[in-house]
Amino acid sequence: MHTRYAFGGDEHIFVEVDEEMSLDAFFKSLSMTNAVREQGIDGVTEICPANASFQIKFDPDVIAPGDMLAELKKIEDAAEHADHTIATRIIEIPVYYRDPWTNETLMRFRERHQDPDGTDLDYAARINGYDSVEAFIAAHHGSPWFVTMVGFVAGLPFMYQMVERERQIEVPKYLRPRTDTPKLTVGYGGCFSCIYSVRGAGGYQMFGITPMPIYDPAQEISYLRDFMVFFKPGDIVKFKPIDREAYDATVAEVEAGRFAPTIRPVDFSLDAFQADVDGTNQQLMEALNGD
Amino acid sequence: MAIKVKSPGLATTVQDLGRPGFYHLGIPLSGAMDRFALRAANLLVGNDEGAAALEAVFMGPELAFTEDAVVAVTGAELPPKIDGEVQDTWTSFEVKAGQTLSFDFLKSGARGYVAVSGGIDVPVVLGSRSTYALGALGGFEGRPLAAGDTLPVGDAGPNIRAGRRVPEALRRGPGDPVELRMLPDIYWHRLTEESQAQFLADTWAVAPEADRIGYRFRGGEPLAFVKREQPFGAGSDPSNIVDGCYPYGSIQVPGGTEPIVLHRDAVSGGGYFMVGTVISADMDLIGQLQPHTPARFVAVDMDTALAARHARRKMLADLRAALATADEKERISA
Repeated sequence: MHTRYAFGGDEHIFVEVDEEMSLDAFFKSLSMTNAVREQGIDGVTEICPANASFQIKFDPDVIAPGDMLAELKKIEDAAEHADHTIATRIIEIPVYYRDPWTNETLMRFRERHQDPDGTDLDYAARINGYDSVEAFIAAHHGSPWFVTMVGFVAGLPFMYQMVERERQIEVPKYLRPRTDTPKLTVGYGGCFSCIYSVRGAGGYQMFGITPMPIYDPAQEISYLRDFMVFFKPGDIVKFKPIDREAYDATVAEVEAGRFAPTIRPVDFSLDAFQADVDGTNQQLMEALNGD
Repeated sequence: MAIKVKSPGLATTVQDLGRPGFYHLGIPLSGAMDRFALRAANLLVGNDEGAAALEAVFMGPELAFTEDAVVAVTGAELPPKIDGEVQDTWTSFEVKAGQTLSFDFLKSGARGYVAVSGGIDVPVVLGSRSTYALGALGGFEGRPLAAGDTLPVGDAGPNIRAGRRVPEALRRGPGDPVELRMLPDIYWHRLTEESQAQFLADTWAVAPEADRIGYRFRGGEPLAFVKREQPFGAGSDPSNIVDGCYPYGSIQVPGGTEPIVLHRDAVSGGGYFMVGTVISADMDLIGQLQPHTPARFVAVDMDTALAARHARRKMLADLRAALATADEKERISA
């Protein structure tokens, strides 16, 4: 892992913890951004952790860019040796795969796609070596996902598949981004799954849709009353496949203010996960499904 | 006091100086694209510099006033009219109850700022009245104005006067040709040396896809990348990176063809590499560029960026001083 520092104009420092994605890079980025927050450095205005990098926005009238850079480099040494254990939560997210709305949208933008003759799922299943779309969908919801970044647009989670690298799904983004994506589309680009929090432009492949809102600026949805954004980095997600009937029922529950996502507190240790991926995931599932 | 929107213009939004502190959740700063113009408009009508005003792009709204107010229009040369009679920009003027404020055609620039004494009093959301339309957040119901809206206006302060004026020297036009100073960094090294030179030598033009999220440019040569094996998780195109954060002003070039400079409603991150970042002093300028405007990117170092920032701050200090001096003269002569 080689950490690289760059200036984003006179107000940002962009820190690439590693060129490639890994949970090691994410945890180092998280440790460093936590340390910046704890130190309360004067002039820091935004602390943004990302998948394998992070960004600090600062006011150069308060702290000189060179001094800001020196502060971050000091923090890096400590982050190398940080304990990569976090107290977090696991959340079950229902997903209606192959839904009619993302299907309509992907057909509308077919000329921007690598494979104009199939669907995004057909393409993703094929290039990842799955025999069928069903087998691919089973792999997508078969293991949990780690939220390694929140952003792009309000509250959108980037999620990293918690399996060995050789089992990870990888797909390219659309050749040219779409100008439309249905709200709550479950998408995929590079090695990341995402959930589009709002309707809008997007370049990720579209696999399905969740009935569970994850961003509510009006703060009317019961579980978003305290804060309008649902996800934060470090959350763990388990997708649960649902059919049209369950989708419609959940939408009705959300609208009636009766829907509550299934959430359980869990501890996550990166070392334990890397030593035993399947064992750790099994424990996470027990925590999610136990009483 | 309230203002009735008779026609909304093209995409008129309520904006102040923005909503810092939530970029890590994908909620951008928002706020006026030309912050200097917003501050000037507010100072002219006796508001706090960061009060909420209207940002009108390319075309002004038509607004009916229910009570007397003092108004100023700054930024783009978008001439205001009261019941059809043209008023000066960069100058405060009175609007009487029952009168209608409308606008003539845009003469230059892109965004006009319409400040009203008392400020636009929409609810404060996450510390700001700014509109973030993509996230349906803040401003007037999270969206651009529509015909029939009624805008609440706050109580005007004591420091109200028509005829306040920003001196010509303190109004900044876009310049011709437009030069956007940028700090090459972040993923600049991904370009070959020839491509770096070409990027800076080319004259680009503002594309029609230019909005509060970002300004797209086209017309230059496609970029050439240093060869590498794409890192795991980045995606297959050489312009792809493992999704990371985007600085405000950062210049991403998807597919290596059309640079996009992210602005106040920036997407907070994504999977495209960035060749560098437009310096903070030149961000206001971008907000005043019309589609098809020719522009060049000029590489500068950090010292130049900080000197330019300092010069912008001085310009603001000069503006405050000039208006205070003019008020003092007015007080004595009265």
